[in-house]
Parts: sequence; structure tokens; C-alpha cells
Amino acid sequence: MSLFLKSQISNLNSIEMNRIKQLFEKKKNILSIYYTAGYPDLIDTVRIAEALEKSGADMLEIGFPYSDPVADGPVIQASSKQSLDQGMTLNILFGQLKELRKNVTIPVLLMGYVNPVLQFGVENFCKACAEVGVDGCIVPDLPMVEYEEFYKGYFEEHNLSNVFLITPQTADERIKKIDSLTNGFIYLLSSSATTGKNLEVGNTTEAYFSRIQNMNLKNPTMIGFGISDKQTFDKACAYSNGAIIGTAFVKAIANGNIEQNVSDFMKNFKG
Amino acid sequence: MNYKVNEKGYYGDFGGAYIPEMLYPNVEELRQNYLQIIAEPDFQKEFHQLMKDYVGRPSPLYLAKRLSQRYGANIFLKREDLNHTGAHKINNTIGQILLAEKLGKKRIIAETGAGQHGVATATVCALRNLECVIYMGEVDIERQAPNVARMKMLGAKVVPASSGSKTLKDATNEAMRDWINNPIDTHYIIGSVVGPHPYPDMVALFQSIISEETKKQLIEQTGNDQPDYVLACVGGGSNAMGMFYHFMDDENVQLIAVEAAGKGVSSGFSAATTYLGKEGVLHGSRSILMQTPDGQVVEPHSVSAGLDYPGIGPQHAHLFKTGRGKYVSITDEESLEAGLLLTQLEGIIPAIETAHALAYLEKMEFKAGDNVVVCLSGRGDKDLDTYIKYFNL
Ligand SMILES: Cc1ncc(COP(=O)(O)O)c(C=O)c1O
Repeated sequence: MSLFLKSQISNLNSIEMNRIKQLFEKKKNILSIYYTAGYPDLIDTVRIAEALEKSGADMLEIGFPYSDPVADGPVIQASSKQSLDQGMTLNILFGQLKELRKNVTIPVLLMGYVNPVLQFGVENFCKACAEVGVDGCIVPDLPMVEYEEFYKGYFEEHNLSNVFLITPQTADERIKKIDSLTNGFIYLLSSSATTGKNLEVGNTTEAYFSRIQNMNLKNPTMIGFGISDKQTFDKACAYSNGAIIGTAFVKAIANGNIEQNVSDFMKNFKG
Repeated sequence: MNYKVNEKGYYGDFGGAYIPEMLYPNVEELRQNYLQIIAEPDFQKEFHQLMKDYVGRPSPLYLAKRLSQRYGANIFLKREDLNHTGAHKINNTIGQILLAEKLGKKRIIAETGAGQHGVATATVCALRNLECVIYMGEVDIERQAPNVARMKMLGAKVVPASSGSKTLKDATNEAMRDWINNPIDTHYIIGSVVGPHPYPDMVALFQSIISEETKKQLIEQTGNDQPDYVLACVGGGSNAMGMFYHFMDDENVQLIAVEAAGKGVSSGFSAATTYLGKEGVLHGSRSILMQTPDGQVVEPHSVSAGLDYPGIGPQHAHLFKTGRGKYVSITDEESLEAGLLLTQLEGIIPAIETAHALAYLEKMEFKAGDNVVVCLSGRGDKDLDTYIKYFNL
């Protein structure tokens, strides 16, 4: 690719980009949905995104599957395995995302583990993300130090937000450091847990959410892990800019008609 | 050349701590404390007392006469099989249980392949009265049944791992998930020199007693603490790292690490990581692992549950890449034959893991007078079923 073209593309991306930032500027109580790419069928990635936007999702987190997802519970493990068995790769996914961006306008983040990204090449990965209109990434096992030392430049060059997680055990110092390194939002885990555990907002969780709320972070926060219904969603929104639903959604689309399942699922969160 | 870990947790290009935030507080707590705690006089005193009176150390360095005759060199066996519980694994679990106590942990988890690390962990938990949960692949639960029974007798809960190839890698995934879900009072005793920093360094330190003793014993027996070769099998690489540790800077000592070739390195059923693998991240560290071009981990195969793992510890990756260590592999059949050979020549039934290291002796050429040390990492009681089936005993 010529230098001229290359800079044009990244410019394009930066004008259109920051869909994440725009979203947080104009909206409260953001509903973000996680689903595994290539599940239930390899070709479902695009349909699901279109159906989700249509039924009111504000943001998408699309998981690229990995053979050994240590931070995931049984439901997302199974969806990842099914997707891989059906042949999903990052190359296929980027093709699907290009298709997806023809109709989908809400922010899209890619979420997955670091090894597939390393094999793809971090620089190539960031470039491919920008080219297909991905707005950010969540790579839970990419450590902050390595990100800062080796990879931050690529993410910034391609205008990608790299989102970090924090848990009730994350020290304030570290949260501040994360806040300074990232520019999309901070992903608050309701508890230290693998995906799919139910959220129980007790006194300690409330104290933790309030503690973060009072830190006056520069980035907005989203609460994730264990949000499954309107009640838990509303609770999360009381302490943050919104919430992320993963396992409950992946379960809901396992069988049957995608559009119908998505629309039924999303009705739970309206009104 | 420096073969030890640097202050950032790396061995050359390998190591680090590639872990989700949920594991960070526990791993960081360990990182900040392990060296200091291990250096404390009361820790050292208790560790060495237990090593002596409970484990039965020092383990003998035995000059195997008939084996030596066969190969035309002096073959010494470092008898880790004579340790309490029957393998080198207990050196590490004693160290880590004392460390876990100092950190105030109440609950212990571990992964196991052959069951030797599971047994060694369950043993120290019984000894110190701590709750113990062991993750073990379903395939391994079947092929290492005696060790499952031992763990249960010792009071551990054995949880089957049913994902992937249902072996060591999958047991490790489940143990990591458990740790994520129990972030406060649990310590994860990783059983090999794998995992995020500081695990590879910490486990190597506890296992380094193997080469520390070997050097002293060589002086007593040969007058020279530098053998020509040291050999050990490599699953994750903890017995090998213990055996190599104090020889790493003795550049005239050849370090030979023996991986499991399974049904043959190119058969599609193998665990010969350095031959088949590429650089990447597995279980929290950057190392060499068997993977597809897309970075998905490939399911390994070995007749030996303890070597049936698609990665190696980061320090091994460094020794391999720098050429300091020679990494070779041995098939299922070659290892079983070597196990029988040792039994018949020396009256010692080795673990099938260990038999891989012994099998490589067949492929070496020695000069008269060469001194060779093989780490006899464990005994073969747990493997009788496999031996019986293979040899129709
Ligand atoms: C007797 C014996 N040797 C070797 C191993 C392999 O582990 P490592 O490579 O960490 O020494 C095992 C593992 O279970 C074992 O039981």
C-alpha cells in the first residue's frame, strides 16, 4: 500500500473513529452486548450485529475465539470451541467485520486473548482493525507493562481504544495508571470471576462501585460480568456509564432464529 | 550469557506475566514477596528440615554399574524417585506450601498431569492442614488411577477437567479459572517451571536442590563437580531445571532436555514442543508452544501424562534459543523400552516421564570415562497399567 493511501485510510478512521467517545458523550445507561464471532454458525457474526443494533444495543463486543480461554466460564468456552471447530480465524473475522460495517454504525470492540493477536502480528492486527472499522480492543491477558512498552504506539496510530479490566482487588494506584493509559472506557468487573457468574450487589460490591465512582477517573466506566437482566443492568447503571452483557446473551442465541432471539432478548432491557 | 530471570521477569525473549487483571493481585503479591520470604532464616530452616526428615533428602546419586557397562560411560542416576511420594515434585510443593502459609492463604489448588504433582500437593496440604483442590484431565484420571486414589486418601478433592484434550493443559486452565474465582485466600501451587513470573523462577529455585546436591555428590564420588552431560525429561521442565540449575554457567557441561515425541514428531500425535512449536503465550508466559498458524493451541500427545503438554517453561525456551541446552525427543515406544531396560539392568522401575530421558542414552555416543548424570525424576508405580498393557505382563 502506498504511503499516501495508508495515511488516507488512517485519517478516514480517525474522522469516523471515536464512535466510542461519541457514544459516551451523548448517552447514559449504555447497553453493550458481547457475543462470540462465528457462533452459533460461522456466518452469524454480521446478522447478530445488525439485529442487535436494530433492537437498541449501544455497543458491540465481538469475541474472537481462542482454544484456551482461561478467563471464561463454560458458556463462552463452549461458544468459542464451536466457532473454532467451524473454522473461525482472525482473517475470516476481519472479512466479516468489513461486511458488518456496511450497515452497523454503533461502536464495535474486539475481545480476545493475546496469543492469536501475537501470531497475527500486533501491528497487522491494529491495522486490520482500523481498516474494517473496529473502534477498540479488549485483550485481558495483554499486560499493562507490555502494552505500554511495545504495543501502545500501534493502537494509537490506528485510533483504537485499548480497554483494561479492573476488579474489586485492583489497587487505586493501578486504576489511576490504567486510566492514564486508556482512552475508551474502563471495564469494571463486578467481582473477580470468570465470565458467567451472577452479579450479586451486596454491601462490598456497592462500596467498590462507589469507590471507583468517587475516584473521578478521566475515562467512563462500564460494569461487566454477571449482568443478565433488567434488574442487574439498572443496578450497574446506577454506578457507571452502562453495563456489558455476555454470557446471558450467548445463551439466548444458542438455538433458533437469530433475529427473533435477539429481539426477544433485548426486550428485557427496555422500558 | 545470563540464563537467570531479569528484574522484569524475562529470560531473554521469554517469560513475563501475561495474565488477566483478575490474577494480577495474587501474582503480584507473590512476585513482591517470594525472594524475601525464601531468604528468611526461619523459612530456610523449616524448608531444609522438612527436606531432610520428611522428604528424605539428600536423594542418592547412584552409579548405575550395569547401565554404565552398556553405554561405556559412567552413568549416575540422581534418585528423585526415592523422595517421599516418589518424584521430584515434592521439592516444589514443600517450598510453596511454606510460602503460602507465610502469605496467610487457607486454600490450595493445583493442576496435575501424571498425578505426581497432585499427590505431592495433597501430601503437603495434609501435613499442614490446608484445604486442597486438584484439577486433573479426564484422560489422566484414567491412566494414572493409583495417584487419583492417593490424592483422595490424602483428603484432596480431585476435579476432572473435561475440555480440550482432557490432559495437563486443560487441568491448568481449570486451576487458573478457580484462582480467578477465588482471589483472596487461595494459593495456586503450579507444578512446573511454567506460568506467569515469578512461578518459573520460584519453582526452579525450589527444584535447584537437585543440582546443588548432585555437585557435592559428584565431588565425593569422582573428585570433579562437572560431569560431561546432564540429562532430564521435560514436560513443563521442572525436574530438568532443577537438574540444570547449578550447571547452567558451567559451559563445558552439556545440558540435554528430552521431550516426548509421542507416536513420532511428525505423526500429529506428539508433544515435542521445541521441534513443533513457535513463540507465543501460554498459561501466562511468553515461551515456545505448539500452535496453529492462527495461534490456537494444538492438542499434544504422549504416553506419559507428565510430558503431555504443548509448551515448555520460558527458561527452557531461552536455553533452547540460545543453544545452551540441547533439546531432543523420544517416542512412546522408545521410552517404554527404556523403562523396561532400567528395570532389568538396575532393579529400578522408572516413571514413563523419566524413561524418556533414559531412552536418549541409547542415541548418544560416549568416550570412555565420560560422566553422565540422569535425573531419575520419579518411580514407575503409577505407570504399571501402561507397562502391563504394552509388554503384556
Ligand atoms: C516423574 C515425573 N517426571 C517428570 C515430570 C514432568 O514434569 P517436569 O517437566 O516439570 O519435571 C513429571 C510430571 O508429572 C513426573 O511425574
